[in-house]
Amino acid sequence: MHFLYTVLIDPFVQIAGDPRFFVEVLTGGLLTGVMYSLVALGFVIIYKASRVFNFAQGTMVLFAALMLVGQMEMGAPAWLALGTTCGVMVGLAFAVERLVLRPMVNQSEIILFMATLGISFFLEGLGQLMWGGDVHTLELGIPSGPLTLGGILVNKLDLVGAAVAGLLVTALALFFRWTSVGRVLRAVADDHQAALSVGVPLKVVWVIVWTMAGLVALVAGIMWGSSLGVQFSLSLVALKALPVLILGGFTSVPGAIVGGLIVGATEKVGEVFWGPALGGAVENWFAYLLALIFLLFRPQGLFGERIIERV
Amino acid sequence: MAGDGPLLRVNNIEVIYDHVILVLKGVSLEVARGGIVALLGGNGAGKSTTLKAISNLLKAERGQVTKGTVEFEGERLDRLMPHQVVRRGVIQVMEGRHCFEHLTVEDNLLTGAFARRAGRTSVGEDLDRVYHYFPSLKRRRRSLAGYISGGEQQMVAIGRALMSRPKLMLLDEPSMGLAPQLVEEIFAIVDRLNAEQGVSVLLAEQNTNLALRHARYGYILENGRIVLDGPAQALRENADVKEFYLGLAGERRLSYREGKHYKRRKRWLA
Ligand SMILES: Nc1ncnc2c1ncn2[C@@H]1O[C@H](COP(=O)(O)OP(=O)(O)OP(=O)(O)O)[C@@H](O)[C@H]1O
Ligand SMILES: [Mg+2]
Repeated sequence: MHFLYTVLIDPFVQIAGDPRFFVEVLTGGLLTGVMYSLVALGFVIIYKASRVFNFAQGTMVLFAALMLVGQMEMGAPAWLALGTTCGVMVGLAFAVERLVLRPMVNQSEIILFMATLGISFFLEGLGQLMWGGDVHTLELGIPSGPLTLGGILVNKLDLVGAAVAGLLVTALALFFRWTSVGRVLRAVADDHQAALSVGVPLKVVWVIVWTMAGLVALVAGIMWGSSLGVQFSLSLVALKALPVLILGGFTSVPGAIVGGLIVGATEKVGEVFWGPALGGAVENWFAYLLALIFLLFRPQGLFGERIIERV
Repeated sequence: MAGDGPLLRVNNIEVIYDHVILVLKGVSLEVARGGIVALLGGNGAGKSTTLKAISNLLKAERGQVTKGTVEFEGERLDRLMPHQVVRRGVIQVMEGRHCFEHLTVEDNLLTGAFARRAGRTSVGEDLDRVYHYFPSLKRRRRSLAGYISGGEQQMVAIGRALMSRPKLMLLDEPSMGLAPQLVEEIFAIVDRLNAEQGVSVLLAEQNTNLALRHARYGYILENGRIVLDGPAQALRENADVKEFYLGLAGERRLSYREGKHYKRRKRWLA
């Protein structure tokens, strides 16, 4: 009886009692969610164009952040380190196409998935080999610290993160909509075979999407790294992208964003208001519970592919 | 050399799917420059497989040309990637249309220009040319291809292929699932493309009557082998073709046994 009270009634009483605190918690959650969105976005870009589920996306975030911070620790100026890291991510895309995807063309999805598992371990090992396993602090001069906005307390860094994510998504949307490469990527996502038949070179498509995913990973790595430090747990945080994808749909860019926001917000609110009643650590499992519920009731996700049926 | 010889020469090819399923058992055919050639045969005869062996789309379906060669303008196609084949001027319009359903009609057409890496103006000209041949597409240019009619989708598929400036189009059953009236309209446009733009056509069809009215030469494929070929006129008048493909059996229907006998005879012919 008492338990039911603490789960069903008490949290709402608290929320009603201090709505401003609730909004703060919610905002914090949404801003964390933006980070999840960024990682999920990388998955979506690759999955849409090639139906490859890239398990290595999280590790790419870590790897990009490590490349960046490692060079800066060696004294390279930020712009140079950024430039080289971009170059490395592009190089990675070429390498993945040449060494992994091309030899495995026409293999089933599960085999390609396994291959990305391999890429993930390889990148993690390489990162560790090059830059060691310590926590690195990433200092790019991005403003951080608390800020009061209309009476609500937020972290500046989170705001910058949200702005960057917003810009990135807008840029991507414009790219997909208005450029000829973007058009071809949409075509490939729609009908892979037809794209082949009109002469779209698949290896070019692969290099492009892996490059895009690599650069998105770099952005995510910078934002995550600036707030948590660059460390190996980064690739674990990225695992949250999986429930985000289940919520948003694997092929939807808006889905990745909305899914990330939902996961970020609900788990934070759950943690703060329901955590005490449920024994804490709600943040660790709530996203997966949410994903499970979605799998049962809406397996295609919120923005799953619209299937056109003509009558 | 490019000048003489046929545009396309398929030389005794054998195709195997999944390393074990032998589907084409030695198919040879030729398409002359500026020609329209029909490839006829019933379900599963191997028409689509033959076209995919030429365009090299076979590889994406785990098919393989294990014997023979495909030559286009004297150059071998069978070792190229599909996009390289398209750049050489050979494009396949796949069976079942395969439009990009979530793209607009115009975006569908524009994807056809991608392989050519053309500039904006020349793409604009090509687009106008497609709209000239398919005026109804111009009216629907902003509609999603998934929502237009089947006939319009077939036009999109052909128009999209046209955007690559092909020398040879491989049309796979363009009549499938369309009303006779529309089929006539589409075939008339194909004839015009052939006459005015000099696009050669290899046409796979189940509809023998229709195909032989538009083609100048025909091959009949059965069970992965060419069993008969000749000028369209001659095929139309061939008694066996009449009975088995044109549905014009004379006074009596052939029994199943006689059908078997006929098949055996044809095999010797081939
Ligand atoms: N990807 C594949 N894997 C295995 N077998 C295949 C594959 N594609 C086609 N086949 C087989 O090859 C044979 C020829 O098929 P194909 O599609 O070339 O015939 P078709 O003449 O185009 O027939 P239809 O008129 O029905 O389109 C059929 O027996 C078919 O089952
Ligand atoms: Mg077919």
